Amino acid sequence: MALPHCRALDRPLLLRAEGLKRQLGDRLLWGGLDLELAAGERLGLVAPSGAGKTLLLRALALLDPLQAGSIRLQGRPPSAWGLPCWRSMVSYLAQRPVAQGGTVETNLRAPWAFRELRGRGGWSRGRITVWLEALGRDPSFLTYDAERLSGGELQLLALLRALQFDPTVLLLDEPTASLDGSTTTALEALLIAWLGGGGRAAVFTSHDSGQIERFASRSLELVP
Amino acid sequence: MTPAPAGALAISDGQLALSALLILVNVGLSVVLRLGLGRSLVVASLRMVVQLLLVGSVLEWLFRQDDALLIVLVAVAMALIAAVSAVQRTRRRFAGIYLNSLLTVLASAALVTGLAVVGLIRPQPWYDPQYLIPLLGMVLGNTLNGLTLGLDRFMEGLRSGRDRVETALALGGTRWEACQEVVRDAIRVAMIPTINSMMVMGLVSLPGMMTGQILQGAAPEAAVRYQIVILFMIASATALGVFGVVGLAYGRLTSADHQLRLDRLVTVGERGIGGAGGSFRRWWGAGRGGTSTLG
Repeated sequence: MALPHCRALDRPLLLRAEGLKRQLGDRLLWGGLDLELAAGERLGLVAPSGAGKTLLLRALALLDPLQAGSIRLQGRPPSAWGLPCWRSMVSYLAQRPVAQGGTVETNLRAPWAFRELRGRGGWSRGRITVWLEALGRDPSFLTYDAERLSGGELQLLALLRALQFDPTVLLLDEPTASLDGSTTTALEALLIAWLGGGGRAAVFTSHDSGQIERFASRSLELVP
Repeated sequence: MTPAPAGALAISDGQLALSALLILVNVGLSVVLRLGLGRSLVVASLRMVVQLLLVGSVLEWLFRQDDALLIVLVAVAMALIAAVSAVQRTRRRFAGIYLNSLLTVLASAALVTGLAVVGLIRPQPWYDPQYLIPLLGMVLGNTLNGLTLGLDRFMEGLRSGRDRVETALALGGTRWEACQEVVRDAIRVAMIPTINSMMVMGLVSLPGMMTGQILQGAAPEAAVRYQIVILFMIASATALGVFGVVGLAYGRLTSADHQLRLDRLVTVGERGIGGAGGSFRRWWGAGRGGTSTLG
């Protein structure tokens, strides 16, 4: 594939999707969609509501069967990675995140029990605390009852839950929709710093055109 | 089931008709509380009466038969009806759900009834319909409830817990890691009636079969022994059946690519409660195949 050449570039290609299509009944949401994502990129998806932004993010995480086309991560198809491994590297954050019972910390620790993630370093309170500080939150956030979090706090929980696995590609579905202005700014800064770690990229959706302008390094308009 | 010559007091047609008045309690409640069950109650009552009167004469004929094949065919037909009824009461369907139900019912009932009849009770010949058919009937009638509860709970659980399941998948969980709570919950709920009824057995309830035997003059001691065997048969057949049917549903509603396939799930209209012949063919076995769609 094209990958060996890309590796030579200073911005290696991480994710490549070709000819993706999504149809709901007779309605074509998007078709013939090609997408390339290089390290460090922050790709903003632009489209009106109902145009299938969420479905595209879900497709990249392979949470739905592909109707057409193919996706490769670092040149390898999903079957070569194994689906659980793929999803730990191409991490999808839902628009309305959910938490299970227990504290925030319980929720952050829970995925480490998955077979795929066992033996990958495990829970690190230190890293989480640093991120929490960057988001203007006290470490006591970890002791909050996860089922009583506000919508914005849930989004923070979901972000931390995904970040701790160092995914290659973050798929963020309106990650700041329920956040106040200052936390939004802090979250954007945290993501930019995190992406600076190398070999990482993000795709996000937002209905805030200001955020697309401010945060996206490139944008993609979804058209049928 | 021992045809005791002593016999109980006979119930005349008029007395039967009087007993039917009891169902008016249910109909009245349904009307007052607007449960919308009136029609179903009447249909269910009529069916129960007609089916039982018919079965009375069918059984008389059947017990005189001595053809193993014929008796096995009757047994399979009973399993088929149980399998279909189990699905009929669920609120959602997926392609192949009827076949799943039939496979599970056949396997669990055949295994348990076979073991009990051939290994424990040992009538001569093994297919003696006087033993095989009533025992199978008891097992099927109870497995049926377990299957309905398990299937319904599992499908509802996946739907209501969809975000949770997909969160686990999105974080790198396997389909089993993501769904196991829902699977466990469905199996647990489906087993509750069996466990409950064993708990209070004899204290609160005298099971129908035993009551019948005792009224017919059988020694309670002997009737109780049959009942114990039957309850163990019911418990194990229900457990096997629920495990099987929920497992098959799990395989159908998730994919080998660790995806949740709720798109395969269709909600049945309220009419499904009455007996949906139209949609029946649709959910029988269409589109069965591997569980993976993504190469």
